[in-house]
Amino acid sequence: MTLALLAVQTLNGLQLGVLLFLIAAGLTLVFGVMDFINLAHGVQYMLGAYFAVTFVGLTGSFFAGLALALLAALLAGLLLEFLVFRHLYRRDHLDQVLATFGVILFLNELVKVVWGAAPLHYPIPEMLSGSIVLMDGLLYPVYRLAIIGAGLGVALLLYVLVQKTRTGMRIRAGATHPEVIGALGVNIRRLFMLVFGFGTMLAGFAGIMAGPILSVEPGMGDQLLILAFVVIVIGGIGSIRGAFLGALIVGLIDTLGRSFATDILRLFLTPSAANDIGPALASMLIYVLMAGILFFRPAGLFPAPGR
Amino acid sequence: MTVGVLARGGWLPLVLFLGFALVPWLAGDGFMVSLVGRVMIFALVALSLDLILGVGGLASLGHAAFIGIGAYAVGIGTAHDVYEGLVTIPLGLLAAGLFALVTGAISLRTRGVYFIMITLAFGQMAFFTATSLSVYGGDDGLTLWGRTELAGQRWLEDDITLYYTILGCLLGSFLLLRAVVRSRFGRVLQATRQNPARVAALGLEPFRYRLTAYVIAGMLASLGGMLLANHTEFVSPAYMTWQRSGELIVMVVLGGMGTLSGAILGAVSFMLLEEYLAEITQHWRLIFGPLLILVVLYARGGLARFLGAGGDA
Repeated sequence: MTLALLAVQTLNGLQLGVLLFLIAAGLTLVFGVMDFINLAHGVQYMLGAYFAVTFVGLTGSFFAGLALALLAALLAGLLLEFLVFRHLYRRDHLDQVLATFGVILFLNELVKVVWGAAPLHYPIPEMLSGSIVLMDGLLYPVYRLAIIGAGLGVALLLYVLVQKTRTGMRIRAGATHPEVIGALGVNIRRLFMLVFGFGTMLAGFAGIMAGPILSVEPGMGDQLLILAFVVIVIGGIGSIRGAFLGALIVGLIDTLGRSFATDILRLFLTPSAANDIGPALASMLIYVLMAGILFFRPAGLFPAPGR
Repeated sequence: MTVGVLARGGWLPLVLFLGFALVPWLAGDGFMVSLVGRVMIFALVALSLDLILGVGGLASLGHAAFIGIGAYAVGIGTAHDVYEGLVTIPLGLLAAGLFALVTGAISLRTRGVYFIMITLAFGQMAFFTATSLSVYGGDDGLTLWGRTELAGQRWLEDDITLYYTILGCLLGSFLLLRAVVRSRFGRVLQATRQNPARVAALGLEPFRYRLTAYVIAGMLASLGGMLLANHTEFVSPAYMTWQRSGELIVMVVLGGMGTLSGAILGAVSFMLLEEYLAEITQHWRLIFGPLLILVVLYARGGLARFLGAGGDA
């Protein structure tokens, strides 16, 4: 367990954390403001990656592909909102879960029909390829650093948007008192569309950025969706700050746990027992963390006021 | 059974159970018997979930853990050459009850989506614990070398006997839960869903009623797990994935929450539809997904109420 390895895994954890944040931010806003549980949010992440496969292939440029894929992800999200989600806002949470589960089944299968079941890839852009030396004996890929940078940039942007602008104020108000701001003359429908479209684009952006380092395949959003739910529940539903901290905590603990749990257990247990328990314990860590946090703070670390 | 009961929707369980009973007579091949046997096992588990989800309003996303606990009680028993059901069944029920008591006591501190997620957390812990049991197959699971014996008798080795045993367990669970729902306990449990503040104002503690229901549901689900282990003659962590818990919720909501017979109908429709659509096309989810959405949008309150049979619970 050298220092360099620890540093690499910490960076990897951060990178998973910012990807989770991009997904969780939209999820927590849509949930907080619209009181809508959207299981299909993970599908938006997958769609972003698939659109990027197509558009990067067509244009031959990563950044042109990224822009077109973002637009396509937004349009797909708005289409879903118009066809399905709009009819679910006033319904029971479980109805929402059931219907959006149907959307997941449908879209996972649809991408299999359109793009095939085999994993796809697209290349890292030229200017972000290669690795740089961060410290002695520590080479780290530039692209992964770029993901971390982009994620932190989006977090900052979101902070300014939500905390410092008039629209952000309305969104915060909508999260706690939707009826009141409706009565004050704010067009709730339009606010919802805005929040939803924005969340969709963030998830799509996460998918586009993750595409070159993870394989693009049907169902790739499902596992991350569960992690994103863990994140927003740890952070407190409706709280961007909670989603950010929750995402970093989950990303770091999950990554570091998988790298070091077995080694740490070897200090106390026989090697074979450590090999058996280590991987399972590592996978379990974030759930233990979530159960622990909810035990002491049943509404997450940063519960949105008034909920 | 009077005409009045039938008119109020009592016909649905009657039709369902008659149908189950006739399957081995009508369909001569082992495939149908095996398929419907499996359907009935999941109907039993969905039924148990309906007690906490539909009646008590507690959406658990970790219910599949109890299937696993029951299945592993049978599986671990056979790994040590203990086939006797009089040993493994009480042990499995006890383990499931204890797990439900501890995790329920912690989970019930939270509400709504937080409850969904904390039950998911405990479900995942159970799942990963099962994958780490390398002595009992770990990830790959465990093959049973024989089915559960009852008082030394190997009745369950016969597929038809196993089928009717499953049917008996399902019917027994249905009647038990119906009695529970209609009892004073059941009325209070429903009240805790509708208005916990009023229940508390009446001097009753919602927590106790919810926890009791959670333990009952967990133990019944573990019975389903024991039957599943005998039915497939195989035990694996795959029984306890969160996707499985999600499917159980889908079955209950699809059939109609809080109606009991709806949970059975939901399990039957979900599993048979899945089976037959998969036979038509490899891309059956393209049909199944939109069907789910349509049911939510247009058959509000689930299939049982849609058919006008929601009044039996």
